[in-house]
Amino acid sequence: MAYLFPSPEWFEQLKNEINRSEAYASSAKTWEGDFYFIIKPWGTRQEPVKVYLDLWHGKCRDAHEVTGPETKKPEFVITGTLDTYRQIFTGKLDPIQALMTRKLELQGNLGKIMKAVKATLDLVKCCGQIETQYADQV
Amino acid sequence: MWFFNSPEVVYGETALDYLEQLSGRRAFIVTDPHLHELGFTERIAERLRRAGLEVAVFPEVEPEPSLETVRRGAAAIRACEPDWIVGLGGGSALDAAKAMWVLYERPDVDPASINPLERYGLGARARLITIPTTAGTGAEVTWAVVLTDAAEGRKMALGSRETLATLAIVDPALTADLPPRLTADTGMDALTHAIEGYTSNLHNDFCDGLCLKAAQLVFTYLPRAVADGHDAEAREKMANAATIAGLGFGNAMAALAHALGHSFGAVFHQPHGRAVGLYLPYTIEFIANGGISRYADLAHFLRLPHTDEAGAAAALAAAVRGLARQIGQPLSVAMLGISEADHEAALERLCDFAEMDTQVVMAPRVPDRDELAQLYRYAFRGQSVDF
Ligand SMILES: [Zn+2]
Repeated sequence: MAYLFPSPEWFEQLKNEINRSEAYASSAKTWEGDFYFIIKPWGTRQEPVKVYLDLWHGKCRDAHEVTGPETKKPEFVITGTLDTYRQIFTGKLDPIQALMTRKLELQGNLGKIMKAVKATLDLVKCCGQIETQYADQV
Repeated sequence: MWFFNSPEVVYGETALDYLEQLSGRRAFIVTDPHLHELGFTERIAERLRRAGLEVAVFPEVEPEPSLETVRRGAAAIRACEPDWIVGLGGGSALDAAKAMWVLYERPDVDPASINPLERYGLGARARLITIPTTAGTGAEVTWAVVLTDAAEGRKMALGSRETLATLAIVDPALTADLPPRLTADTGMDALTHAIEGYTSNLHNDFCDGLCLKAAQLVFTYLPRAVADGHDAEAREKMANAATIAGLGFGNAMAALAHALGHSFGAVFHQPHGRAVGLYLPYTIEFIANGGISRYADLAHFLRLPHTDEAGAAAALAAAVRGLARQIGQPLSVAMLGISEADHEAALERLCDFAEMDTQVVMAPRVPDRDELAQLYRYAFRGQSVDF
């Protein structure tokens, strides 16, 4: 079945994919760092969607949508439109290219991400594994 | 959305004379001690003086320039207040000049943090001229800045689209006395830029033609430039090839041979061009074995015999090895005099560094860790890649 992006089910599925991925377990084995992924409002929606992702030594410890007040102070915040995320997940846009053209905005240490490019790619592959229906196309 | 960035490029015989047409008050030359002693700085300075500029020199850039050198140079630039900064040399001097320029304009910036996401607003105080004295790195037209953190011994790939020279002067006369070994090493770097720029994941219409032409020029003229350094035509064509390849890969990214070569160079202290050129044919085979590549186009343009993509990759790898053999470059890591025991002992570190290199994900086929180790082992033995 297709999971709706963004939705709590999709993020749960992402956690499963990451924790199933041998490639990610290997390439991100030394990674320590958590994220907010922010999806800008689309359509008639007013509020962005904020997702918390905690990645630790090749595993995903937590992935959930943040709905209440701020509780975390993640190391990285990545912001983009729904369309940009879709293009990245479907392999049409290289994530590094997306950062460099500012289609994805990054707050946090770019150098640390650039040293984990292989892990980044494997993470994007996990996203691509999920059969997805995008919220702006429902 | 993507970008194509290029300085104004002045090239060919007597291109250096263009310096006499500059307007400004002061120029500040950044170079290395060796070139300074050989009189290269004076060749630039006399032309700048003819243009009515005062000239100051910082002849202290070491190979693999450190953050410390960049800070020292920037302090000297601030004391001089030039309106032109001139980087003169190989990749090291040119990269150091780029970073010093950033610090001159933006003293608040930490050089180790220069990155493509920041906006620096360069150009308010000075503009940058790059003048290469080798034909290989393409650093005169790329915005990449490679610096070394001397304390940690760590190489840092930095840069921003703003750290691109205003003007690049590519005069083949400056490479006339380059020794054959250095000509061969740097020439293989240019070839690797051309082939990787054409086949990287970020290849694009604007860069393709540049990469094809640069590859053709290297195959045709590098053997002549190595055999006879004073072959003026070969020197001019190689100077052009390196800059054209620089524009090609600088706007499309290098790929797997650079990831393997960077890591190998850091561990075994081999020159950049020799290292990346050595791995190039192995990565061509590896990528082609994955079934997605663009080697047929390259083979077609280079008139290499082929009937399909696999045949094209094989022909291209053979042509690269043929060129390397002709100009006395090593075809395997063993040929560099490195023992198998030392190589095996370093294998984990080689793979670690390669995995951390941005270029590793730019190839259409990205090796996993086992494949990386295998690639290193095959290249050690000089065995064609069959996986
Ligand atoms: Zn290179």
